[in-house]
Amino acid sequence: MRIAVCIKQVPDTEARLRLGKDGRWLDEEDLPFVINESDEYALEEGLALAEKTGGEVVVFSLGPARVKDALRKALALGASKAVHLNDEAFANGDAQATARALHAAISRDSFDLVLTGSQSDDVGYAATGSVLAGHLGWPHAWLVMGVEVEEGGEALKVIREMESGMNEIVRLPLPAVLEIQAGINHPRYASLKGIMKAKRKPQEQLTAADLGLDASSVGAAGSRLEILSVAFPESGAGAQIIEGTPEQAAKSLVEKLQKEARVL
Amino acid sequence: MAKKIWVVLQQKDGKLHRMSREAIVAGQRLAHATGGSVEAVVLGSGVAEAASEAASFELEAVWKADHEALGTYTPGAYISALAAAVSSAKPDFVLFPHTYQSVDYFPRLAHQLEAGLLPEVTEMDASTGELQFKRPVLGGKMTATVRVKGEGMVLLSVQSGAFSVDDAVAGSCEVRDLDLAGTPITADRVLLGVEEVGGDQVDLSKAEVVVAVGRGVGGADKMASVEELAELLGAEIGASRPVIDNGWLPRDRQIGSSGQTVAPKLYLAIGISGAIQHLVGMKASSVVVAINKDPGAPIFTVADYGVVGDLHEILPALNEAIREARA
Ligand SMILES: Cc1cc2nc3c(=O)[nH]c(=O)nc-3n(C[C@H](O)[C@H](O)[C@H](O)COP(=O)(O)OP(=O)(O)OC[C@H]3O[C@@H](n4cnc5c(N)ncnc54)[C@H](O)[C@@H]3O)c2cc1C
Repeated sequence: MRIAVCIKQVPDTEARLRLGKDGRWLDEEDLPFVINESDEYALEEGLALAEKTGGEVVVFSLGPARVKDALRKALALGASKAVHLNDEAFANGDAQATARALHAAISRDSFDLVLTGSQSDDVGYAATGSVLAGHLGWPHAWLVMGVEVEEGGEALKVIREMESGMNEIVRLPLPAVLEIQAGINHPRYASLKGIMKAKRKPQEQLTAADLGLDASSVGAAGSRLEILSVAFPESGAGAQIIEGTPEQAAKSLVEKLQKEARVL
Repeated sequence: MAKKIWVVLQQKDGKLHRMSREAIVAGQRLAHATGGSVEAVVLGSGVAEAASEAASFELEAVWKADHEALGTYTPGAYISALAAAVSSAKPDFVLFPHTYQSVDYFPRLAHQLEAGLLPEVTEMDASTGELQFKRPVLGGKMTATVRVKGEGMVLLSVQSGAFSVDDAVAGSCEVRDLDLAGTPITADRVLLGVEEVGGDQVDLSKAEVVVAVGRGVGGADKMASVEELAELLGAEIGASRPVIDNGWLPRDRQIGSSGQTVAPKLYLAIGISGAIQHLVGMKASSVVVAINKDPGAPIFTVADYGVVGDLHEILPALNEAIREARA
């Protein structure tokens, strides 16, 4: 199978977040970025399926220059080619604007399967893959926890997560779009050999013009959604914070749980 | 700016999903803010009961799409039925509960209808003269205020717990049949079965005390003081999703929207940030203690007591303090 995997680079969840000057998003200076968690699982699933079926993975990412690191990592892990949608015009798009651009890039090639993560850890629209499937006119499934290619290679058996610890098993015909959920597999680590090989693998850069897209149809200009501001939760709301050294804090916590909350 | 609002309700076996009722409340709120009116839609096969439940809220009407081909959910079937209905009724807003089922298909429906797409709304506000919405970003560490630009319909989903059913306005309205006669309803996948996830099926729902660990614990080999705490308290050990995904604990220990729902007297969240998908599984706990090195972690907004610091320093001290208090 030829498989396209879409990955996004997002701020590291461990990072200390600071508000940007205009209050509309984070201050990205010195902010560490990583591959979005569920996208890492999508990439692993793509690589494993490509190995099993004798195919290859082409990895796509939309974002600024820093995204090169994510693509290089994907190549080191085993993707055979990287496509970088790199254009100021693509910036700050909602799920629909981003899917429009990804569709234009993906449909220049031919694939049996497109994988994305199920939700980005930054804006979290959980929609880009589904909208992309709409553009392609392919069936899709969100929150995929298992993929099996059926005999004959015409259809997939897919495990989909439902609420409260239940899964449903569905069959969908190929080609299809699957939005992979974290936990589906155990992502591999890059080997030294993989990292060396990555350097010689093809990497393509695409602008909106390369894709025949009007700049007004992508990015912020092509989006209905606009983020006006972002804010941290109100401080002071919620927990009574217990101060002191670990020993002092532990002692007074136990006291409070015994005498105030009466749960110990 | 009177708006026409539709709320698409999820039901199962004739009962409305809890979040469907919350979506009705959100619809009522939006109608109030815009001077608009709300209608609800129920899809499925044999949904008369769910429709009459919906009709007990103050709504303009409840539309019932009762059709054999809608008996089993697939995105294709639901999208074909709804696209036809929505295109002819032309509401300004279509609201969905932010359930795993809605999120599976409503973005694609928005695409098909060329409508705006606004997932995971937790608040709405029309006080500035322009409708603004709030939604969580960065795993709930921050909240974004957003607006929808331009003209035309908007599809939005309503996050769990954001609108309380206690605020619902009761009423009584007519249930009408949605005319699907000329609409081909086409399934795009086949449901082969449903299965329960997870190993031994530990039942955490009855636990009186839950010690829950998150990614912050740092690895399966760093769990000793967590286990000791659980033993001292006679607690069950639960976990956030990444702990399970990383294989540090088995899947039947997961708490949250995809895992178990717990309601203990005491819940200790240790190295857990407090994303909404985790919170929905534990928010009925009576007393919540959070231990986290990040003072801005959203878990502190739902906790009763918080300790800010490294869990690997705090837990041994806590275990010691409990032993002392018992001595
Ligand atoms: C559809 C869907 C379903 C989901 N279902 C679930 C679900 O059922 N249950 C669930 O839990 N999640 C679920 N998630 C994932 C959820 O969105 C969050 O990603 C997850 O809950 C985060 O887990 P966490 O808090 O352990 O990790 P993180 O968000 O990474 O937080 C780790 C925390 O540990 C703290 N920390 C780190 N080191 C230390 C230290 N040494 N001492 C003290 N504190 C430390 C950090 O400050 C941070 O706050 C779901 C996501 C999706 C998209």
